[in-house]
Parts: sequence; structure tokens; C-alpha cells
Amino acid sequence: MSFKPVILPTDALIFLIIAAAFAAAWYIRRRPHLVLPWRRVARSSAAMVSLLVLSLFLVVGVLDSLHYRPALPDSSNGQTVYSPEVLSVFDTLAGGLRTRTEKTYSAPLAAQLYAMENMETPDGRVTRGFPRLKSGGAHLSDPERELAADVAKRGALGVAAGLGAGVLLFFAAYAVKQASRRSAPSPLMGVGRRLHRALLIATLILSACIGAIAALAPAYHVLGTDKVGQDVLFLVLKSIRTGLVIGTATTLVMLPFAVLLGVAAGYLRGWVDDVIQYIYTVLGSIPDVLLIAAAVLMMQVMIERNADLFTTSAMRADVRLLALCVVLGATGWTELCRLLRGEAMKLREMEYIQAAQAFGVSSARIMTRHILPNVMHIVLITVVMKFSQLVLAEAVLSYIGVGVDPATVSFGNMINAARLEMGREPIVWWPLASAFAFMLLLVLAANLFADAVRDAFDPRLNRAEA
Amino acid sequence: MIAFLVRRILYAIPILIGVNLLTFTLFFVVNTPDDMARMQLGLKRVTPDAIEKWKHQHGYDKPLLFNGQAQGAGRLTDTIFFEKSAGMFAFDFGYSDDGRNIAREIRERMWPSLAIALPTFIVGLFVAISFALLLALFRATTLDVAGVAWCVFLMSVSMMFYIIGGQFLVSKLWHWAPISGYAGGLDSFRFIMLPVLIGVAGGVGATTRWYRTIFLEEAGKDYVRTARAKGLSELRVMFRHVLKNAMIPILTGVVVIVPVLFLGSLLMESFFGIPGLGSYTIDAIQAQDFGVVRAMVFLGSVLYIAGLILTDISYTLVDPRVRLS
Repeated sequence: MSFKPVILPTDALIFLIIAAAFAAAWYIRRRPHLVLPWRRVARSSAAMVSLLVLSLFLVVGVLDSLHYRPALPDSSNGQTVYSPEVLSVFDTLAGGLRTRTEKTYSAPLAAQLYAMENMETPDGRVTRGFPRLKSGGAHLSDPERELAADVAKRGALGVAAGLGAGVLLFFAAYAVKQASRRSAPSPLMGVGRRLHRALLIATLILSACIGAIAALAPAYHVLGTDKVGQDVLFLVLKSIRTGLVIGTATTLVMLPFAVLLGVAAGYLRGWVDDVIQYIYTVLGSIPDVLLIAAAVLMMQVMIERNADLFTTSAMRADVRLLALCVVLGATGWTELCRLLRGEAMKLREMEYIQAAQAFGVSSARIMTRHILPNVMHIVLITVVMKFSQLVLAEAVLSYIGVGVDPATVSFGNMINAARLEMGREPIVWWPLASAFAFMLLLVLAANLFADAVRDAFDPRLNRAEA
Repeated sequence: MIAFLVRRILYAIPILIGVNLLTFTLFFVVNTPDDMARMQLGLKRVTPDAIEKWKHQHGYDKPLLFNGQAQGAGRLTDTIFFEKSAGMFAFDFGYSDDGRNIAREIRERMWPSLAIALPTFIVGLFVAISFALLLALFRATTLDVAGVAWCVFLMSVSMMFYIIGGQFLVSKLWHWAPISGYAGGLDSFRFIMLPVLIGVAGGVGATTRWYRTIFLEEAGKDYVRTARAKGLSELRVMFRHVLKNAMIPILTGVVVIVPVLFLGSLLMESFFGIPGLGSYTIDAIQAQDFGVVRAMVFLGSVLYIAGLILTDISYTLVDPRVRLS
């Protein structure tokens, strides 16, 4: 089957960020003084377990960012026609999750719909009852009797397979890591055993969960279905990409403003400082939500005016996501800018800067070569701390109506769609619970990782080590 | 001191003009007076005449920023921008699109907002300081580690979850408080309880952790070591010495948000149906009512600047070494 790759604007941004991360890693590797704080991060078990969870999210997010348009099977005049629907590699891998929809709500691992309906029996009579699902547990002949046993059997097999794979993976990774050294002790003994034990436990828990879900997903809706019968597990996994884009692309927009203006204001002082301070005081004094709302409404009108620029609906939704990142970035840089200005003001009085000035080094060069490297730890700490705040903010903004496009799958849109269902009798809890649970996992992992990064990079915490 | 205050207040004026200019541009670049007229008149009755009439009635039939036809100062004053923002500085916000006086609306809605925001703030501050002091007292023990981990967990949960979960548990399952709504007078207590509880729960994680670091920083100082060397008990050191001195950064840090409490909380008020300024703002955003949004932005900026000035003053009050110049 032929296909046509599509690179949406936020895809490009994600690839750019990944490339930048690799470039930074390559740069840091060769400089021991830059490697040192990362070593401290790598020794923290909370940080490494969070990193494991985050990298799983990242894999889903990246797979979901490789977009393409499949060719339509019907090609009447020899020309290949591409479907207007933009799919991602993740959609293809998820396969049945995307296409096997039900009529409406069904509970997790159910074989029947959640609501009673009129059903027609083969002999033409109409009865009330819970209709069978089209795909959830469709292989069972008598769900009431077989369901529990079948779920338990599949689940147990999945957990067992997951655990086996997890153990293999862990020791394989350890062997690769140790291959360069001569003596390779057992990973659970000796130096770093606490870290290794924590990692092993986390790997086992994660692989057991993934194994169970992977075993159950082909036959059931593991997390149920939503109002229009879409699989909640699929929606939750799709939301990850939106959260990652908002958390990372926003900082990419924010950084140039904050770093350039903050360092310039702090180092140059004078009228430059006055102007920059004025700009960030004006932006900072407007309540966040109002400023974001005003800017997002403006962006929406602009996108609607130029609707013909976007060939597919996925493109339009994506541009709106990008616009949200731009708005969040353009309104959120003031805090970091203020921090950097203060730090640059402190640094400019240091002897090494005065020496550079005495040598006649230009201001631009002093700022980039002498000040910027010494404020990078503040930038890094802010970026990692900001990520989780942004993921949480997306949900709130989508609720207010100034968030992502309604067609984009995101945690905010899921929560927004599901919150009214809490009032139903009997209560429909699974779309909301799934969205909150996955969001919590993402934010918690990001917060723990951010804490470790902050502890490792903060120069105020004096450490005695080489 | 007086000279400092006067200078700070004068400095607020260009900032407020900047705020106005920014919101004005954001709205008018894309949402021209013609669009506003069309939206307000509805699809059926739109004729060029009707649009002109609406614009004239609402004062939108002038140039946006610069009037080339007027004379002298009129070039700047006879414009939509000047007419719509000059009144703001006297807190005259004009009328919303549905014809109500915005200033009166704000005065009425301020109290429900404050009834939620003020207790949330005070109870939250008290709870966070107590927890932080407890963790600092048991620093480097299992209790401390568990407490910090719990704080990180609390701050990783979405505010929406606290609200939805709280409404479900407390109101729907246990019937302890009404799900939403508001009433004046003593009756309001029933309605305020749940939002305050949820607001405190939602904010306590981040603030406790922050105050804990302040306490620990203070506990590492030399005068604390001296106090311990004198033989004072750890409890006495923490309560008499550390608590008092740590209150300086804590209080000066929270002063800045005190004036902003008037604006209420967008999420709380909209979920609990409280007729305060937060829900007013959300409704205005959703209806694209420019007058109301601009009034709220202006008010927010004024209160924020007031908070900054209060912060500076509070420094001099608690720390005699600080002089304002």
C-alpha cells in the first residue's frame, strides 16, 4: 500500500526538539564539567524511574507524530488518490483500537452496552436489554458465564509474558551497559544496587501492565468506550502527543524571548533594561488566563479567516495547537526573563567579566560566551519545571474554551467531554478516570524528574565531590 | 516613603496604558467594529445601515488609534482607543454588550468572589505553614520524605480532578453540601464550604513544599545553631526562632496575591456556579464581550500593581534594615 508522508507543523517542531536534544547530549558528553550534574541525576532512583515512564510516553508521542495519508484502494484512472484523512504510525500500530467502535458507552472489559435498549429478537418481538458489543468480547458465546474467566486467562497470560519480557529487557540493557567494563557484578549487588532494584521493580510493573493491556486489547475495550463508542484507551494514548507538544513546543517559543531579553536587560542596563522591564511588567501584570484567552481568540479568528490555506482538517487542528503553543510561549516568558535579568546583573559585576571588558571583548560576545553558559542551569531548571505546569494548564484552558481544537484528542477535551457524565445514573466514570490517571502519571513523572534536575543543577546546594 | 509611593503610582500609569493598548490591539486587529456589530445584531438583521447605527450607538464609528481629520490633541483623543480607555482610569468601565453597567456588575460580583477566595487563601496559608513546619521539624526522617513525596503527588493532580472528585464525593455521594450555587448572608456558608475545601486541597501541595524549603533554609542559619547550643529544645527553637524569621519571606511572598483575590477563581466559580468575577470573566470570554474582558484585564493589572507596591511596603514593615528610596 502506498502512502504520502505528511509533516504537520507540530511534527516538525517535535523532530526539531529531538534533534536539538541529541545535539545537546553529544555536546555535553565531551565536556566533563557538564556531564557531572547529569551524573547526579542518573544516580537518583526517582529520576531514573520517572525517565523510564517519560520515555514510554515519548515513544507513543513520537510514533503518533509520524503522519501520512494512505492511498485509497479505488484508483479509477490509474492515478493514486490519497485519503483526506491523515493517519499516524501509531494509528496503524493500534490497528483495531481505532476502527473498532461501539454504538455508545460501554464499561471497561464489558461485553455489553452500558445502557438498556430496545432489541429485536429473531422472531420479531421487541425486548428491553443490554445489547452485545460489536467487538468487545464478541468471541464469547455466553458472556455472563465466560467473561470473568476469559478476562482472567488473557490477563494472566499477558502479565506473565510482560514480566518475562521485562526481566529479559532489564538484564539485556544492563549487560549492554556493563559490556565496556571488565568485571560485571550482578546488577542487584554492589554500587548502585538501590537504583538498579528500583529500576527493575519499575520495569516489571510497567511491563506487566503493558502485557496485560496488550493481551486484552484485541478482544475487549480495556478502558471502555466513550459517548460515541470510541475506545477510551486509544483516546488516552492519543492525548499523550498533545500533552507533549504543549509541554515542549511552548518552551521552544518561550526561550528566545526570555534568554535574549533577560540577558540583554541584565548586562546592558540603561534604556535597554528600562524598555525590557516595561514590556515584561505590562505582560506580567495582566492575569494569565485573560491574556491567553484574548490571544487565543485572536488566533482562532485569524485561522478561520485563512481556512482555505489548510488542506485537511488535521492540518487546521494542528495549526490551532501550534497557535496555542505560540500564545502560551509568548505570554509565559516573563518569569524566566526576570530571573535571567537578575542573574546577569549579578554576573556582570564579577571579575572575569570585567577582565573580558578590559580586553575589549564586544558586548555581544561577552553575553554569548561569558554570561549565557553561566545562566544555562536556570534555563534548564525552568524548562523542566514548566513542562508539567503546561500539561496541567492545557486541561484548564480547554475547559474554558480557549484550548486546543475540539477535534484534537487531548486530556483537556476528554475531561471536558466526560465531566457531565458524572451526573448520570448509573455513573459513567471510566473516560474521566482514564484521562486523569494518564495525566497524573505523565505529570508526576515529569515533576519527579524536574526535582532531580533542579537538585543536581542548583549551585546553591554545595557539594563536596570531584 | 511618600515619595517612593508617589513614584511607584506614577510608574503604574504607563504600564496601565501599555496593558490597555495591548488588549485593544489583540481584540481589534482581528475583531473589527464591523464584525462586532454583525455578531451583536445577529445574522438576520444585518444591513449596512444597521451596522452603522450600532457602531454609532456604541461609539465605534471613529478611527482606532489616530484621527487624522481632527485638530490638535483631538487627533489622539477623538478615537475609539482614547474614548474607551480614558474612562478606565476613573474606574468607569462603560456598558457591556448586553447593556449593563460593568462597574456596577463588578461591585456586586466582587463579594461572592471574595467570599470564596479569602477563606481559601487564609485557610490554605495556615494549613501549608503548619504542614511545612511539621515536615521541617521532622526533617530527614521517613515522615519528611513521605510528606514531600505526598506534596509532589498532590501538586501533580489536575485541579479539575479535585473539583470533579470533590463534587462527586462530598455532594453527590455523601450529601454534605450542595453541588453548586450561591446564596447571600449566613446561608452562604453551606455553599462556600466545598469550594474552599477543594481550593485548599488543590493548592496545599505546592505551597507546603515551598514553605518547607524556606523553613529549612532558616533552620540552617547561625543564630539557630546558637539557640541550640544554648540548650533550647528543638520545639522551642522551631517555634520561637525559625517560625518567626521564616514568616518574613512567606508573608512578603504572598502579599502580592492579596489584591488579586478580588478577581476570584475562574475554575471554582464556573464549576460551582458562583456569581462572582471569575465566572463573569469566563462568560465574557465565551461571548467575546470586549468591554467586560478589557475591564477585567484593567482591574487585574491595577490589583497586581497594587500587590507589588504592597510587597515593597511589607518588606519595610517586617525588616527594619530595608529602606525604600
